[in-house]
Amino acid sequence: MKMLINVPETVVADALRGMAAAHPELTVDVENRVIVRRDAPVEGKVALVSGGGSGHEPLHGGFVGPGMLSAACPGEVFTSPVPDQMVRAAAAVDSGAGVLFVVKNYTGDVLNFDMAAELAEDEGIQIAKVLVNDDVAVTDSLYTAGRRGTGATLFVEKIAGAAADEGQPLERVEAIARQVNENARSFGVALSACTTPAKGSPTFDLPPGELELGIGIHGEPGRERRAMMTSREIADFSVHAVLEDLNPRNPVLVLVNGMGATPLLELYGFNAEVQRVLAERGVAVARTLVGNYVTSLDMAGASVTLCQVDEELLRLWDAPVRTPGLRWGM
Amino acid sequence: MLDADFFRRWMTATAASVDREAERLTALDSPIGDADHGSNLQRGFTAVTAALEKETPSTPGAILILAGRQLISTVGGASGPLYGTLLRRTGKALGDAAEVDRAQLAEALRAGVDAVMTLGGAAPGDKTMIDALVPGVDALGVSFGAARDAAEQGALATTPLQARKGRASYLGERSIGHQDPGATSSALLVAGLVEAAGE
Repeated sequence: MKMLINVPETVVADALRGMAAAHPELTVDVENRVIVRRDAPVEGKVALVSGGGSGHEPLHGGFVGPGMLSAACPGEVFTSPVPDQMVRAAAAVDSGAGVLFVVKNYTGDVLNFDMAAELAEDEGIQIAKVLVNDDVAVTDSLYTAGRRGTGATLFVEKIAGAAADEGQPLERVEAIARQVNENARSFGVALSACTTPAKGSPTFDLPPGELELGIGIHGEPGRERRAMMTSREIADFSVHAVLEDLNPRNPVLVLVNGMGATPLLELYGFNAEVQRVLAERGVAVARTLVGNYVTSLDMAGASVTLCQVDEELLRLWDAPVRTPGLRWGM
Repeated sequence: MLDADFFRRWMTATAASVDREAERLTALDSPIGDADHGSNLQRGFTAVTAALEKETPSTPGAILILAGRQLISTVGGASGPLYGTLLRRTGKALGDAAEVDRAQLAEALRAGVDAVMTLGGAAPGDKTMIDALVPGVDALGVSFGAARDAAEQGALATTPLQARKGRASYLGERSIGHQDPGATSSALLVAGLVEAAGE
């Protein structure tokens, strides 16, 4: 397997050094693995801290900046960061108005953020947490660690980040983040497995003529395997899976997300099919975002996330944002 | 009686076997997880050995608390907090005794395992590290060797189970037929006791 790396051990640190060089508007602490918006702490405003394993770029470091996250902590590839990173991030961005931790529902992320919240509170920082769990592929959550957090993380971070930048109090920012999560659902498919630098070979074996339905973002196999389908068929399957669970009365935000190795040509084509299914189902689309945002290294495939929005959430979605991975209005 | 030196040997023996078995742990983690269990634990136990070289606490409890803290600060994922909690809580239960006997260690480890179950919400049969730790601790009353064998058997017995906790749980029935990497590494930790005892 060929990769543009030096050695697996330094992949995350090397990426952070490169990110620092490309984005002087961020403060990148390579040694302690914390990415902070340059103007933090922003006086009187709630701060948002997120984090998770590396390998999902631009999530989360690429979403640090005005209008979105205050700081992000990248862990090892597909591995939750450690509490020390989160406490350091919270201390760097807290202006006294409190910090919201945005946590994806994976055991490691949950446990490390829980520990970090306790430690940060010991230091006098007020912490609130929101758990993102939007993945409808995990159905029997009584017998699993619960639904995974995937594409909806972007919606939560953008919309809650806008609310924080407006100066809304911690309690309100947390409530908005929860509201976004509760109204968002995702479904993902893989056309190929991904390769982690530590392992150096694909994480699972997927023959050329088959695809995995209902995947997460860690290179794990999905809910079921089938013979390869067309973009049209995949859109039908994915959107129906989401709509089985989410019955939107309001317009939705659509995220057609690439897993890392699927070109925009294919993603836009897939989006056309997603929009067709939504129209057929009578679901109004407020905004659409297409691109590689919540990725899984070099996995080929895509996920669809829908988030039902009211006027307030849509206004916050449209609010200006300036980060390496998402930028509009400023 | 088991003194601080025994506990230091336990940690270094575990670090050595994690080092040796890192590739196998990662391979076990590949079909049902995300293929990094070996490298993550290796990073953590390397930090534990380094910390124990820098400072050598004088009591068994303090050694385990130091080791647990290192794991929490370096491993990440679920393994960091779970293994870190296991060692910290076991260390706390040992208190500041300069020496403990095997029965006291068994009792303290049980407190550690209970803390892990509370933190992770896993019970025996969920296909997790608990499936090796519980039988291991149960057999510790007999001998270190019996504990090692019971933990290994417990790890092997996870193969036909369906995972209900952790990332493997997302695979549902597809997790059946694979030995759990966390139970496997927990068996290494228990086996480290035999090496520390020089048995």
